[in-house]
Amino acid sequence: MNPEASVVDNVIDTVSAVFLVAGALMSLAAAVGLLRFPDLLSRMHAATKPQVLGLFLLLAAIGLQLRSWWVWPVLLVAWIFQLLTVPVSAHMVGRAGYRTKHLHRELLSSDELEAVVQKAAQSARDESSRDDESDGGRRD
Amino acid sequence: MMQTVLAVTAVILSLAAAGAIIRISRGPSLLDRVLASDVLLAILGAALCIDMAVNRHLNNLMLLVALSVVGFIGSVTVARFVADRREQANES
Repeated sequence: MNPEASVVDNVIDTVSAVFLVAGALMSLAAAVGLLRFPDLLSRMHAATKPQVLGLFLLLAAIGLQLRSWWVWPVLLVAWIFQLLTVPVSAHMVGRAGYRTKHLHRELLSSDELEAVVQKAAQSARDESSRDDESDGGRRD
Repeated sequence: MMQTVLAVTAVILSLAAAGAIIRISRGPSLLDRVLASDVLLAILGAALCIDMAVNRHLNNLMLLVALSVVGFIGSVTVARFVADRREQANES
């Protein structure tokens, strides 16, 4: 092998080693966040780190290590699949957490869902009171 | 160099998995446990990725995709049932 190729090899190895360690550190950051943060919503913030950025770093390291071009589309498909499913499940968990009041309200800087919930409750109340009135009128 | 990386990442991922398991066992609510088990799945996926990168093969790639499907279906299902139960409790 000529020396230039081995230098390139070393550089690629170093970059992928850095990616691997950084991706593993994302998992550690998520675990520390799970243990230290006070409520569900802030824990969800920590939990997404290894799922998206960590997986991206690790898949990039695989692509660098295999040293061939055809693996990159496959790895990209795997990453995009994760990118499509993670927001949906995070949305569902966050919605259930909000509904079941697993959050510290004083930690929120703004709560845009509150207004929507109030409005829906108000319209539901109007609806039911109108039903009561019409029922009463019919009875009289 | 790859063997050193393997050892370092093994230690890091073991610590991370221990943290996630502690949160699963302690977590005050069901949703905290779901979230922590999702993180545990992500850590397992990271271990599969590191194995593929260090040993230069792609055998685990389908397993990785299947793992993310399992995490998705599991957390969505549990979140759905938690919401349903609490709504009925509020109405009664």
